[in-house]
Amino acid sequence: MSVSYRQAFVGQIRKDLRQSGRRLAQTLTPLFFFSVVIALFPLAMTPDSEALAKIAGGVVWVAALLAALLSLQTLFRGDFEDGSLELMALSGVPMWFQVIAKQMAHWLLTGLPLVILAPIAAYSLNLNGDAYITLMMALLLGTLVLSSFGAIGAALTVSVGQGGLLFPVLVLPLIVPALILGAKATEFAAQGRDPGGALSLLAALCILSVSLAPFATAASLRVSLD
Amino acid sequence: MNAFMNWFYRMASPPHFYRWSGTAIPWFLVPATVLAVIGLYLALVTSPTDYQMGDTVRIMYVHVPVAWLSLMCYTSMAVASAIGLIWRIKLAHAVAAAIAPAGASLTALALFTGSLWGKPTWGTYWVWDARLTSYLMLLFLFAGFALLRNAFSDVQRGDRAAAILAIVGVVNIPIIHYSVNWWNTLHQPASFSVTKGQAGIDSSMLWPLFTMLFAVTLYLVALVLMRTRNEVLIRERRKAWIKEVLVK
Repeated sequence: MSVSYRQAFVGQIRKDLRQSGRRLAQTLTPLFFFSVVIALFPLAMTPDSEALAKIAGGVVWVAALLAALLSLQTLFRGDFEDGSLELMALSGVPMWFQVIAKQMAHWLLTGLPLVILAPIAAYSLNLNGDAYITLMMALLLGTLVLSSFGAIGAALTVSVGQGGLLFPVLVLPLIVPALILGAKATEFAAQGRDPGGALSLLAALCILSVSLAPFATAASLRVSLD
Repeated sequence: MNAFMNWFYRMASPPHFYRWSGTAIPWFLVPATVLAVIGLYLALVTSPTDYQMGDTVRIMYVHVPVAWLSLMCYTSMAVASAIGLIWRIKLAHAVAAAIAPAGASLTALALFTGSLWGKPTWGTYWVWDARLTSYLMLLFLFAGFALLRNAFSDVQRGDRAAAILAIVGVVNIPIIHYSVNWWNTLHQPASFSVTKGQAGIDSSMLWPLFTMLFAVTLYLVALVLMRTRNEVLIRERRKAWIKEVLVK
C-alpha cells in the first residue's frame, strides 16, 4: 500500500493534533512552564518595575526558549516507542517531508501559543510599549529556528537512554545565535532604536534552518532507527 | 580523478593509515618544536612591547594562534564527519573523534589565556560580551559532540549521530568568527585580516605571531595523527592486522 505525499502530510498533522488534544494537560504544560519561569524573575531579582523593564525582553526570550525546548525533547519519543517511526520510515514518503509535518504540528501547539502569550508576559514585566510588535515578530521567527534545531536534537537522542539530559546540552549551543539576535532586536526596539538589522539576520537564520534542518533530522532519525 | 579516488580509498584503509602515520608524525613534531622555540624567543624576547598594553601584549602570541586553530579544528572535524557520512569511511569518523578533545583543549586554552589577558587590559577576567559568550559555545559544541558519540553503545551509530551534530554546528562558526566585528563590545576587532592583505599590526609582531601559528598547527596535526592511531587501535582491536603490527 502506498500513501500520497499529501495524505502523509495532512495525516501526520491531524494525528499529532488529535493526540495532543486528548492529552490536553501535557500539551499545555510548556505554556504553564513559561508562565512560571516568567514569575520567578521578579521574585528572584527585584519587583521594581523600572529594573524589570530593562531585562523584560531577555527574560521573555529565555523563558520561551526553555519552554519550547522542554516540549521538543519528546517530539519523536512517542512515535519511537510505539513503532510509528519505523512505519513512517517504511511508508515510501521521504522522511524529511514527514518531519516537516511533525514539526509544523508541534509548532502550532507550542510555538504559536508562546508567541501569543509573550506580550502578556512582557507586559507583566513592564516592557517598553514600542517593543511588543518586534518581540512577537522576533519570537515568531525564533520559535521556528528553535523547533528546527530542537527536532535535530530530539531525533539524535530519541534512542539514547539518558537522552533527557543530553538533549539540552546538544541543542542550547546551536540556538544561541537565534537567542542573541532575537533578544537584541527586542532590546533595540525597547530603547527606541531600529531593530531591522537583527530581525533581518534572524529571518535569514530562520529560512536557513527551516529549509535545511529537516534533512538533518531525517538523517538523525535513520541513525536512531538502526 | 580516478587516481585521486584510488589514493583516497587507500588512505581510508586503517592498516595503511597506521603504517603511514607512524612515519609521518616526527615530520610534523620536530618542525613544530623548532618553530615553537624560535617563535617563543621572538615573541617573548625580541618583539616590542605595546605602547598601550605593555608586556601583556605577549599573551597574544599564544592566544591568537590557539583561538584561530580551535575554529579550524571545529571546521576540520565537521569536514571529516561529512566525509565519513557521505563515503561511509570509518577512518574519517576516527579522525573526527580524535580532533574533538584537541579542539576542546585549544578552546579552553584560548578562553584561559584570554581571561589572563583581560584582567590587566580590561580589568576583569570575564565579561559576557557576544564574542566571549559565542566562543564559550564552541567549547559546548565540542563537548556535545563527544558526549553524543559516547552515549551510543554501538560505535558506528555514535559516529554517525555525532557526525550529523558536527555538521549542523557549523552554522555557529561564522557567527563566532565575525562576532568581534558585528558586536563592537569589549573584545577588540581582529587586527589581522587575510582578505585585506595589509595588517593593522607591525611586522615585528606579525612574524612571531606567524611562527607561533605554524608551530601550533604542526603540533596539532601531529597530535591528531597520534590520537587517530589510538582510535584506530581501539576500533580495530579484533582485526588480524593489529596483531601483526603490535607483535612485530
